[in-house]
Amino acid sequence: MRTLDQLKPGDSAVVGLLKGDGAVHQRLLEMGVIEGAGVEVVRMAPLGDPMEIIVQGYHLSLRKAEAALVSLA
Amino acid sequence: MHKTVAVIGNPNVGKTTLFNALTGLSNSTGNYPGVTVDRKVGAMRVNGATIDLVDLPGTYSLAARSPDEMIVVDVLLGQQAGEQPIDAILAVVDATNLERNLYLVSQLREFNKPLVIALNMCDLADKREIKIDTETLSKELGAEVVRICARSRAGIDELRGAIAEVAESASTNGIHGPSYPEELTREVAALETELGARRDKIGRAVPKQEAFRLLLDRDGYIEKRLARGYPEVTQLVEAYRNRVAHNGSLAAIEAKSRYTWIRKIVAAGVRKPATRTRTTSDKIDGVLTHKLGGTVVFILIMAVVFQAIFSWAGPLMDLIDASIGSFGDWIGGRLPEGMLQSLVVDGIIGGVGGVLVFLPQIVILMLFISLLEDCGYMARAAFLMDKLLSRCGLSGQSFIPMLSSFACAIPGIMATRTIGNRRDRITTILVAPLMSCSARLPVYTLLISTFIPAKTVLGFLNLQGIVLFAMYSAGILVAIPVAWILKKTLLKGDTPPFLLELPTYKVPQWGVVLRKVYGQGKEFVVRAGTIIFAVAVVVWALAYFPHADSITQKFDAERAQIEQSGVQGDELAAALQDVDNAESSAHLRNSYFGRIGIAIEPAVGPLGWDWRIGMAAIASFPAREVIIATLGTIFSLGGDVDEESESLKETLHTVQRADGGRLFNIPVALSIMVFFALCCQCAATLAVIKRETNSYAWPAFTFAYMTTIAYIASMLVYQITIRLGWGNIA
Ligand SMILES: Nc1nc2c(ncn2[C@@H]2O[C@H](COP(=O)(O)OP(=O)(O)OP(=O)(O)O)[C@@H](O)[C@H]2O)c(=O)[nH]1
Repeated sequence: MRTLDQLKPGDSAVVGLLKGDGAVHQRLLEMGVIEGAGVEVVRMAPLGDPMEIIVQGYHLSLRKAEAALVSLA
Repeated sequence: MHKTVAVIGNPNVGKTTLFNALTGLSNSTGNYPGVTVDRKVGAMRVNGATIDLVDLPGTYSLAARSPDEMIVVDVLLGQQAGEQPIDAILAVVDATNLERNLYLVSQLREFNKPLVIALNMCDLADKREIKIDTETLSKELGAEVVRICARSRAGIDELRGAIAEVAESASTNGIHGPSYPEELTREVAALETELGARRDKIGRAVPKQEAFRLLLDRDGYIEKRLARGYPEVTQLVEAYRNRVAHNGSLAAIEAKSRYTWIRKIVAAGVRKPATRTRTTSDKIDGVLTHKLGGTVVFILIMAVVFQAIFSWAGPLMDLIDASIGSFGDWIGGRLPEGMLQSLVVDGIIGGVGGVLVFLPQIVILMLFISLLEDCGYMARAAFLMDKLLSRCGLSGQSFIPMLSSFACAIPGIMATRTIGNRRDRITTILVAPLMSCSARLPVYTLLISTFIPAKTVLGFLNLQGIVLFAMYSAGILVAIPVAWILKKTLLKGDTPPFLLELPTYKVPQWGVVLRKVYGQGKEFVVRAGTIIFAVAVVVWALAYFPHADSITQKFDAERAQIEQSGVQGDELAAALQDVDNAESSAHLRNSYFGRIGIAIEPAVGPLGWDWRIGMAAIASFPAREVIIATLGTIFSLGGDVDEESESLKETLHTVQRADGGRLFNIPVALSIMVFFALCCQCAATLAVIKRETNSYAWPAFTFAYMTTIAYIASMLVYQITIRLGWGNIA
């Protein structure tokens, strides 16, 4: 299954289920990374991690390890 | 009785700007017991009445995972010690980003308090052609919605009126909130009843909202707090959770319900252009977070910040030093010689100077940080640097505090306020003093220029430069494992989420920036300053007393002899100066510090030190740069020597140990430098750690671990280099 961390800058997708059940999982949901939400990858940081996405109309930075919890629909 | 209104919102929504606009100059900061967040309150005048506003820390959600985040919930529930129960809530939301902002509003809705919503950043929303129908929004949310622009103060008067009205009315407009799956509602009610039945064991009533969060937040702070007095709570609540979502995600159920509610409201009340246009902010980011361009700009900005605190602050600090010094001389000249004069000049005035001298660095760094934060760059800096710091368990937000600590740990530690996660923040605070600050430089300069030959090695490297570089590296090399270990032990926890909003760039507002800088400077002087001052006076006493009369008399006799011997002019003055210096040395030797030095001689022996170095090191615990003046005094050169002083360098080459051998050699110099590089010899740093962590335990821990590491490291350096025969290199 494809996950958010596999997308390249410029790619868009729709969020599917979120794995896990910890603090990261909960925080992702609170920040609007929720099933059915559209995401667009803007860029990667110069060192390759974290990544910047647009979700719910705002810019969010998250680590690839966190993005790997987000599966895509 | 004044009404109390809590002000709350996501980070970066303009809450500080609005709070200042509503309260004018009448606000103050204090702290809540046991946590690192500040308590900010202010008074708002409206229609002749006064309403107290409590500014809560910016947050995205009420799911508390730390005591700091719990403050918000406790204030809203009226169970925060020392805080009035609140009468109403003012939620500040960003009109350009309603979806995410309404998440918190949906949680606030459930607290059964009158609610006013300040729709901020309406100017930006207009520019992006986001049309918000406040009336519909108001109806859907069950709360007064007021369009404002905190920056230009548009709509502020209307907002004031709305707050006053709502706080008076105590109307909650019924319940307008998300609807949850039936089993969740049912289980929350059942849990509330069961907790009520166990009230005696728990020790207090648990309000419905708290029971709700307890159920939803597995491993959340509410659960941890209840489990302290009532360990069975975990097992109890887990049964309820399993009935709501068997093995499923509770967080997903909550988020789904809330975002469904939000989507409905936004669909009814907000119209946006169909395609997202590229904003100016996006274009700026194209450069500032670009792989190459962004890195170059980042390095340039950091270079300017570092240069500013490291060297631009210098002349100001010298000026403060010199002014304090001449003021001391002036007062000293007016007081009779003796204890009072020494107390006033060296203890009190010196102590005040020891506080004020940090101000230039604090003000300059805070100015940069406030500017970078206000315009939105701070989050980008964290984005750029995150990978580097994630290796030792920290995040990109620790970068600027760490870098600043190379100039001075005090502003560096104050800068950790921009770090969102509490454990990350405390870890950063604990390792920041390991960075070689500018106060260590004079010590390195003196010892390196005296003992390390200016040889060229490997064709182009200067040996003195290499040693200096090694001292700076020592701090970093120790900081990395210390941070890593701290995050695995004392400050253990799940890796904190690094979910960082990258806010829209804004033109900074000088008013807000200067106010922040002023506030921080003032707080340093008032809160940390008192501790630093007290330490300075104690140190003065330890170095002054017992000040035996027999010593004074002996030197008085010597002075009388010289005066009668017939020498004149400069020669006489020089001879008298020598006697004065010898007298200071004798007093210091006999002082409590001197006695401590002699007592610890066996302990510092393995470092290659004798009692004089030991005493000088102890005397510099409050402030490391003091070692130079202390060495000057003990070697009878007077206390006015500095790191460039030729006479001090010469003396260091020639002084002998009790057994006749040379006291200083390369291994001893290295061991002193390593000790100074790693030890927390700075009362001001400890005072600021106390202030920022709001606890005495963390500064005590910092002091203990750094002293231990410093002792072991300098012992190793001495023992190894002496065996390598470096002791005989002239
Ligand atoms: N365009 C515009 N900018 C605003 C408005 N209100 C605040 N700002 C800007 O938004 C930025 C953030 O404002 P702050 O008041 O520091 O926000 P805050 O919510 O206190 O942020 P934190 O301190 O991070 O919690 C600043 O650059 C403000 O100048 C507004 O109504 N319109």
